[in-house]
Amino acid sequence: MLRLEKRPSPSRFWQAATPILAVILTMIAGGIMFALLGKNPVEAIRTIFWDPLFDPQYAAYSRPQLLVKAGPLILIATGLSLGFRAGIWNIGAEGQYIMGAVFGAGVGLALYPVETRWIFPLMILAGIFGGWLWAMIPAILKTRFRTNEILVSLLLVYVAQYILAAMALGPMRNPEGGGFPGSRNLSQIPSMANPELIAGTGLHWGVVAAIGVVIAAYVLLQRHILGFQIKLAGQAPRAARFAGVSPERLVILCMGISGGLAGAAGLFEVTGPAGQISIDFNTGYGFTAIIVAFLGRLNPLGILLAGLLMALTYIGGELASFILGLPSAAIQAFQGMLLFFLLAVDLLTNFRIRFGSKKEAI
Amino acid sequence: MTGQTTRPELLAVSGVTKAYPGVVANSDVSFSIKEGEVHALLGENGAGKSTLVKMIYGLVKPDSGSMRLSGAAYAPNEPRQARSSGVAMVFQHFSLFEALSVAENVALGMENPPKLRDLAGRIRKVSEEYGLPLDPDRMVGDLSAGERQRVEIIRCLLQDPKLLIMDEPTSVLTPQEVEILFKTLRQLSAEGTAILYISHKLEEIRALCDEATILRRGKVVATCTPRDRSAREMAELMVGATLTPPERGAKAKGETALQVSGLSVASPIPFGTSLKNIGFSVAKGEVLGIAGVAGNGQDELLLALSGELRTAAGTLSIDGKDVSALGPNDRRRAGLVAAPEERLGHAAAPDMSLVENALLSGATRQGLVKNGFIDWPATRSFAEGIVKDFDVRTPGTHVAARALSGGNLQKFVVGRELSQAPTVIVINQPTWGVDAAAAAAIRQAILDRAAQGAAVVVISQDLDELLEIADNFAALNEGRLTPPRPVAGLTIDEIGLMMGGAHGMEVAHHAH
Repeated sequence: MLRLEKRPSPSRFWQAATPILAVILTMIAGGIMFALLGKNPVEAIRTIFWDPLFDPQYAAYSRPQLLVKAGPLILIATGLSLGFRAGIWNIGAEGQYIMGAVFGAGVGLALYPVETRWIFPLMILAGIFGGWLWAMIPAILKTRFRTNEILVSLLLVYVAQYILAAMALGPMRNPEGGGFPGSRNLSQIPSMANPELIAGTGLHWGVVAAIGVVIAAYVLLQRHILGFQIKLAGQAPRAARFAGVSPERLVILCMGISGGLAGAAGLFEVTGPAGQISIDFNTGYGFTAIIVAFLGRLNPLGILLAGLLMALTYIGGELASFILGLPSAAIQAFQGMLLFFLLAVDLLTNFRIRFGSKKEAI
Repeated sequence: MTGQTTRPELLAVSGVTKAYPGVVANSDVSFSIKEGEVHALLGENGAGKSTLVKMIYGLVKPDSGSMRLSGAAYAPNEPRQARSSGVAMVFQHFSLFEALSVAENVALGMENPPKLRDLAGRIRKVSEEYGLPLDPDRMVGDLSAGERQRVEIIRCLLQDPKLLIMDEPTSVLTPQEVEILFKTLRQLSAEGTAILYISHKLEEIRALCDEATILRRGKVVATCTPRDRSAREMAELMVGATLTPPERGAKAKGETALQVSGLSVASPIPFGTSLKNIGFSVAKGEVLGIAGVAGNGQDELLLALSGELRTAAGTLSIDGKDVSALGPNDRRRAGLVAAPEERLGHAAAPDMSLVENALLSGATRQGLVKNGFIDWPATRSFAEGIVKDFDVRTPGTHVAARALSGGNLQKFVVGRELSQAPTVIVINQPTWGVDAAAAAAIRQAILDRAAQGAAVVVISQDLDELLEIADNFAALNEGRLTPPRPVAGLTIDEIGLMMGGAHGMEVAHHAH
């Protein structure tokens, strides 16, 4: 019989080792699934994890995609992780991401065709503001009326999607686009573009911002009193009140930070890889970032690695469905397994497994 | 209760040992209880009393040793088995659902509950027989702590037990309620039910128990007849050392440091007690003891004083300065420190290290944060200072708070507040669940701070503690505070009346 025994204090070894163990278990279980689908499991795993980076034929396209996809994930997930640590559940980063893009692009398009170097920074600020504003709705409703931020922030994603569609079809539609939905291509306008900074790397300003935010979040959590208050509020809410932390202030702050960063990610996307406001601009980064945040154990450095890993499974997954003809549902199941195993083995951090059937005190 | 030798033996525990990783909770423990005997199990926190009764109640299995009940081998695998053998237990912390009625709560604890109406009838009958008045239809959330305990006792009595285990039953009762509980227990004993009574309150044990088994560090160190021993003798057996009562330095009464007037606050806790028009003042060097049965507004009073609950303007001042609008950290800046009752989760974050927990309330007065950035080296040395000055037994300050024993964590929490050179100290239950030696150290530290000129408010349910350290005495009763009176000259009856008497229990026993 297996028994679980609570550790006196969380194991540092397992805190670091569980993500690795989870990835290995995912590879094993995923391999079995691929084998059942009639594919060679070793080849499938290699196609997902190895080929995007090192295959001579595909890496030239795939490798830059790694940073392009990881950038927004890391940026959003780092913001979300602060709230998650404090027990504030912003599930609507996808909506804040959309609104950041809409606000930022709106400012840029309103100034078109003015050409100065201040336009792009201005658009970044507008993007942050858009995401922040969208996150303030659930935040203020929560602090004023005790509504549930999970529901409100999630439902606002759908509102944001309608606003996005309306913008793409209406006010922001490219007047020179022949009536097709979608705005001007911002990545083609020099004062508004978020270009690839070093050719062949996929590095753009959003990735730079993501790395900066990771460092800032790390310092915040390790050294700043606000980071301490965030951790305290999540672990022991009553102790946080005792320490003088105002829960309302923390909700506003954490929702604001995560919303602002999601908005910034949207802005960097719309001016770079996506290029324009279109009906299908958002591709689920805001939701995937939730997984990334937990995969990275809500730790900024962990999120950096988790964002890269998640981006890799996306790119590798696409490659696998393209080369091996794996159904995309199988790829999604594979990604789901990763989160599943991570949460499952997470248990080892706080518990140890004992063999034997002895019963212990309750 | 003479002629105990003629009574047959009910429970015999022989050579029972139970070890947990890193600690031997019980080592070769043997003792026996006769039918109808009131047997005390005496020992400090951590002496192994709880583990021992958990084994008797089937919650824990011994590593070695054996038990016999009424002559037959007895090795319960689970509480259900213990109950069907006639062993019942009233826990220190009640397991009741506040939103359910008394009868529903009792039914939840039964294997085959009868119809609620029949059960209500049986509850009424038992409660009348034993002088424990209880309305089966009332919501548990509306009951006082004493009444809740009656629910637990009646739940046990309905099983018609041969052995009733009671874990620290009087900590939630007023002196009058204690007297009535004792009447009930004596009645049970006279009817042949044995009672295993766990406590560290020695006077109670001397008043109630026929025999006592004293545990220290998991071993039986003595058995005695409590009536023949003085409380002091038993205390020294329990602690294994000579105890020195705390010393009070001579002190000059200073001017008023804390002034509270017309303080009314709604409770933030469901089924909590709102504070109603509370007023008192504490002078520099004075210790005000606030007594009261659990759940009469103690938690709320601490929250209102510490600043965790908002208070109306003009209700609270420190050194003549109105602080009612300030939050916890601004009040700390003004000189007030507070130590809440609940160590884990309120006074300290369980999973955080002692260093982080030192920062928790020490940041403001100790200047541990500069421009928003934490000075970790300074915080670490603050934590190390607390550990050293207050003799906190821990492998180091990097250890998580929840890894410390209750007494050590309490020393840390109280030490953290006392180390901040406060002008006003508010402590709720300073020695709750703390062993005698640690309790004495904490009380001495509080008195020392008072001697240095701090104004101290001690909220406690331990009357002996308050009488030992307080200059003035007041009691909380349903959210109201009695006017403080000097401790010198107060009788225990007067104190009981200040605490609200016996919550309508006299009637029942008079009817007997």
